[in-house]
Amino acid sequence: MSRVLEVKNLQVDLPTANGTLRAVRGIDLSVEKGEMLCIVGESGCGKSMTSMALMGLLPKKAKVSADKMEFDGLDLLSLSKKKRNGVRGLRMSMIFQEPMTSLNPSYTLGNQLCEGIMRHKGLTKDKAEERAIYLLERAGVPYPEKRLSQYPHQLSGGLRQRVMIAMALMCEPDLIIADEPTTALDVTIQAQILRLIRELQQEFGTAVVFITHDLGVVARIADRVAVMYAGQVVETGLTNDIFNNPSHPYTQGLLSCIPIPGKTAPGSHLESIPGVVPSLIGDLAGCAFRNRCKHATKGCATDTPTLVEFTAPSSHQVRCPVSVESLKEAV
Amino acid sequence: MLVFIFRRLLVAIGVAITVSIISFMLLHLSGDLATAIAGPESTADQVEEIRVAFGLDKPIIQQYFSWLISAVQLDFGRSYYFQDTVMDLISERLPITLTLGALALGIATFVAIPLGVLAAIKQDTWIDRLALMIAVVGQAMPSFWFALTLIVVFAVNLHWLPAGGNSTWMHFILPAIALGYYAMPAMMRLTRTGMLEVLGSDYIRTARSKGLSETSVVFKHALRNAVIPVVALAAVELGFMLGGSIVIESVFSLKGLGQLAWDAISRNDYPVVQAVVLIIAVFYIALNFVADVINAMLDPRLRVR
Repeated sequence: MSRVLEVKNLQVDLPTANGTLRAVRGIDLSVEKGEMLCIVGESGCGKSMTSMALMGLLPKKAKVSADKMEFDGLDLLSLSKKKRNGVRGLRMSMIFQEPMTSLNPSYTLGNQLCEGIMRHKGLTKDKAEERAIYLLERAGVPYPEKRLSQYPHQLSGGLRQRVMIAMALMCEPDLIIADEPTTALDVTIQAQILRLIRELQQEFGTAVVFITHDLGVVARIADRVAVMYAGQVVETGLTNDIFNNPSHPYTQGLLSCIPIPGKTAPGSHLESIPGVVPSLIGDLAGCAFRNRCKHATKGCATDTPTLVEFTAPSSHQVRCPVSVESLKEAV
Repeated sequence: MLVFIFRRLLVAIGVAITVSIISFMLLHLSGDLATAIAGPESTADQVEEIRVAFGLDKPIIQQYFSWLISAVQLDFGRSYYFQDTVMDLISERLPITLTLGALALGIATFVAIPLGVLAAIKQDTWIDRLALMIAVVGQAMPSFWFALTLIVVFAVNLHWLPAGGNSTWMHFILPAIALGYYAMPAMMRLTRTGMLEVLGSDYIRTARSKGLSETSVVFKHALRNAVIPVVALAAVELGFMLGGSIVIESVFSLKGLGQLAWDAISRNDYPVVQAVVLIIAVFYIALNFVADVINAMLDPRLRVR
């Protein structure tokens, strides 16, 4: 398998009135061809910032730096604005959280579906529309021919998200970044859209970075998972390893919050992780999760933990020395 | 779209009829017309004679319809003061006002929209500040003073353009600039605000994510949505300029509709006032109708209503 995306030590800083908000604090990511990587974490953990940084869509005032940010051998950080525009949309595309507002209300769906491929690949309008109809059909949009002349306000949220998915696939990208694409949809539609993304991803062999706060979603579709907390990856590994052997206290906490049919007693209180996410302004000493952690020791306040690999073959990594120690003992 | 235009047209006609009633009533609310026409030194018999001669003894509804029928045929009667018919007076003045208004709006639009877009793209830079300064100066400066300054510089000192009158197109340049500068700031600021709002919207992020050029993002995706309120404002401003450009018309001695209205009001020349009010109102309604149609062409969501 070849590597589509490799990111080392990605940082995103946002200047605010109260100081620099360090939204992303040194993230390593890698995505193989045709793989589905899920980034999971709660609101404000920096997962959307990460996706925007990968697409190069952050506002100008945001500072993005990384030791490495390579897309299929191309260094994204050193690309000129024009070349970056050539990669964006053509070889990597994005599906957004809000289908209701992510389409331009003033242009027909056909216009918006086709403009990218006509620009990037120089297709004629007819050829582009042919592909748009094919992809709308693949994305489960009924009457695809009719849709091209329709406007976004004539479609429901679920249909608009299907149009967004078709739009993301127009140029056959190598990588799609999906930023909470099902969060704004009804639960029944959510399941359909998830299945659709998974199916199309496997059919077209596209790598997907799927961003979500929903572990249920992760369990259904991910090949690999990266759990984010306070701007850092705290645990990453294959989906099976993460769900069967969660090793960071945060991951364990997240998983214990999900009620399991048959195991969770009816009427019992659902688990929650006590406390709140620390402020991301300025530097954080020690472990960012220690204030909410059951296993925190004195060392957690002073020693900043690093991501440690502890099961060599499957590349399961965790950012918690306490857990790593106990895991080693268990082995 | 045709249904939309038809519906809007019906509404416009309804408003026009309402305005015609108001403008008709204007004449009758100003006192007994027969007495006014006969003059202060006439006898009661003479007043009655005039009342019958002008049809003022008939029921008011009948008077309204006979007035409306002649008004539709552009017959507004005779001016009390001048010896001409009202229509002669208006057809002499209206082209001047229309030319001035259209030129001024053209200048205002061609400055306001690019400047507003530029200010929004370069938000918080010196370009933005400069645009804001130009707008504030335009809003704060009395238009007669700016008009006089233009005359002093370009007519008196440089001799490039004439100071007043309306014989050639050259005569319209300075007044159009003065009036246009007065109309421009509001449009510029509305364009800037609209662009800032639209540029921060989700669909602009989508357009960017497709790797479109900045030109396409700004002009195709953003401007079309940002300019919708500006179109409505431009229609209102042009309507305002048709009736309210009296200051500029005075300074440049342009014999336009504004001056005619002013003269007519100060001389109690009611038929002229009535006709001017009606014509300006009809233009206003027509402009708003055009603005509605343009906006519906820009934004498909407006076509449904």
